[in-house]
Amino acid sequence: MSEVKKGYIRPLDFKHGRIDMSHGGGGRAMAQLIDELFLRAFDNEWLRQLNDQACFAVTTGRMVMATDAHVVSPLFFPGGDIGGLSVHGTINDVAMAGARPLYLAASFVIEEGFPLADLRRIVDSMAQASQEARVPIITGDTKVVEQGKGDGVFITTTGVGVVPEGVSISGERARPGDRIIVSGAIGDHGMAIMSQRENLRFATEIVSDAAALHGRVTAMVMAVPDIHVLRDPTRGGVATTLNEIARQAGVGMMLDEAAIPVNPQVAAACEFLGLDPLYVANEGKLVAICAAGDADRLLEVMRAHPLGARAAVIGEVTEDPHHFVQMKTAFGGRRIVDWLSGEQLPRIC
Amino acid sequence: MCLAIPARIAEKLDNDMALIDLGSVRKEISLALVDDVAVGDYVIVHVGYALTKLDPEEAERTLKLFAEAGMVQTEGAS
Amino acid sequence: MKYVDEFRDGELARTLAAKIARDADSGRSYSFMEFCGGHTHAISRYGVSDLLPANVRMIHGPGCPVCVLPIGRIDLAIKLALERGVILCSYGDTLRIPASESLSLLKAKARGADIRMVYSAADALAIAQQNPQREVVFFAIGFETTTPPTALVIKQAEAARVTNFSVLCNHVLTPSAIITILESPEVRKLGTVPLDGFVGPAHVSTVIGSRPYEFFAEEYRKPVVIAGFEPLDVMQAILMLVTQVNEGRAEVENEFTRAVTRDGNQKAQALVSEVFELRCSFEWRGLGEVPYSALRIRASYRLFDAEARFGLAYRPVPDNKACECGAILRGVKKPTDCKLFATVCTPENPMGSCMVSSEGACAAHYSYGRFKDIEVVVAA
Repeated sequence: MSEVKKGYIRPLDFKHGRIDMSHGGGGRAMAQLIDELFLRAFDNEWLRQLNDQACFAVTTGRMVMATDAHVVSPLFFPGGDIGGLSVHGTINDVAMAGARPLYLAASFVIEEGFPLADLRRIVDSMAQASQEARVPIITGDTKVVEQGKGDGVFITTTGVGVVPEGVSISGERARPGDRIIVSGAIGDHGMAIMSQRENLRFATEIVSDAAALHGRVTAMVMAVPDIHVLRDPTRGGVATTLNEIARQAGVGMMLDEAAIPVNPQVAAACEFLGLDPLYVANEGKLVAICAAGDADRLLEVMRAHPLGARAAVIGEVTEDPHHFVQMKTAFGGRRIVDWLSGEQLPRIC
Repeated sequence: MCLAIPARIAEKLDNDMALIDLGSVRKEISLALVDDVAVGDYVIVHVGYALTKLDPEEAERTLKLFAEAGMVQTEGAS
Repeated sequence: MKYVDEFRDGELARTLAAKIARDADSGRSYSFMEFCGGHTHAISRYGVSDLLPANVRMIHGPGCPVCVLPIGRIDLAIKLALERGVILCSYGDTLRIPASESLSLLKAKARGADIRMVYSAADALAIAQQNPQREVVFFAIGFETTTPPTALVIKQAEAARVTNFSVLCNHVLTPSAIITILESPEVRKLGTVPLDGFVGPAHVSTVIGSRPYEFFAEEYRKPVVIAGFEPLDVMQAILMLVTQVNEGRAEVENEFTRAVTRDGNQKAQALVSEVFELRCSFEWRGLGEVPYSALRIRASYRLFDAEARFGLAYRPVPDNKACECGAILRGVKKPTDCKLFATVCTPENPMGSCMVSSEGACAAHYSYGRFKDIEVVVAA
């Protein structure tokens, strides 16, 4: 009796190969891509089952879900890449509810012609971030679009987590008298990206601050269960985040410019381009708002973390019917820190 | 208008170009609009060009002027 | 950052503020115009007005080349990109300005126009050299600070025999703008806009020197103090202006001695006069036609003049009838006097020049000072 020989499938050429339309077609090529790239990197009990979905037990209590599409350009930047970003970003969104992130889903939209070498680098980055954070990617999806219809690759991640009892963290809980704390120096990520932009070309050692925040949040919530607000200031920077919260909670804010931590290199790069660090994106920082009495304890816990040495109280929440975020400048005057208009562009004037 | 910043010349390059250093951010700029610039000098940079050298003595003098504003003035002096 | 941080010191700010308060004569008020948009921005961003006594007020002048760029000129740039398929290179400042037909350079880009933001004129030339089969146009704006780089790049294009590069020139001149203010009826004849002196622009002056301002001091009897870019510089200049007014002097003084001399950068000036010449007249948004206020490319460099190369015809486009930018630019009205301010006209949806760039009086007030009065002198 002759055996059915298993046909020889040439392994994917990760050195020189490129994504083509067949990799999104649902056939053998796609199965091979999933197997040799995604499953191999993310390997866990759910993915090994090879289903289109993943099944997990639900704990009682409250759950949190968050989703984010990642379209950063360039895909690779000092301190990270779109892969790591997509894992940290969604883990952080879940963590901002005070929740412990449990699982992630990842979907990829890849442009025809995208180099497999780059895709593998990105996927390995995701795997590493996921493993370090101990939040597995348990289900996913892959699509391929024609050349010119996608910027290399777009990654959407969705995460779920559980919120401990007694924790109720939400933007509208900010109250006059609360302290506003930032977990470290601001503007690193955005300036790291800017420094790579083709037409701006400046050399620095600025590195993206992209990092997972959930470990820190767990410690913070344990020390101060009654944290009022947590948010990570990504696009639009700290200024945008604070304006959002002020509007949500119907309050105002008064910041102290001299207290806001900014790395000297980031400050210099911003000077160069006429940008304001308050509006520059961060990927590994959080803003916490808590009752005045809790601020010292919270700060202590934040500073205990290796990445949190520069955590600082940068202001307080005020009573203000206009919901202005105001700031006492280091110079001694006052100004408002308004919503961002459009996108911050380098200026000559 | 005219966002321009003082930056230190870190290195001179070919073709009238130089590498400047501002808080350890480095960028290539053009020296074509200025003369007699040496490494270590400070220049005012606008849209990628040095517009003029910064005079360190005058800078010191100006800072002193600011500080003097706080000193007790004798009558008539300014 | 050396030569930056020291000039932003809060302690020194307090001592200067105290001196200004001591020296300002409580029996009168002082109104100074800071001409330069960069100074407007610095004053707003650092809250300098908070440190001035109530009787010393700042009027925001028209020294913002983005603000005074007429819509019609942006239309020319958009047309080149959308209809003639050029690669249009522009500084970041101009990308969002709304032009005709609900377009802006950014919106035109969304429609498929090849519009690229550059940090420097040199980048635009580089793009031309990298794309020899495409026409590349550099949308040049700015006062005298930004003009020498454009002149340089045109000369470099000529020397390198680049045949696909040209410049759409919108360079404007500071002294003419100041004269327009001083000649406006409210200042000259009616006296309804008291104007006691000028804070002269920082970086424009590094190029043109302090000499060109001597004319204003003499002819119009207004003191001018050229101030550096940092907030302490501005405060020191205000102090020097108060002193001049108290002593009845009208001279040109230089606070920015670390970078400005009487003659300025003659190398840069020579380069500019080699490549550019005066236009008889040029439209300034909000101010109308201003004589001898702008530059065009000389005939000898015609090849690099986008207006000649593409046969461009300029069509002026009027602003919204309710827009008060003209009056605001001349210091006659303040942003809150304009019906459109903060209602229809916001930084997201700017209707006129004063809201278009972060240095315009309206944008500065909206973004930094909306919560209190930014003192702008109002015609009684």
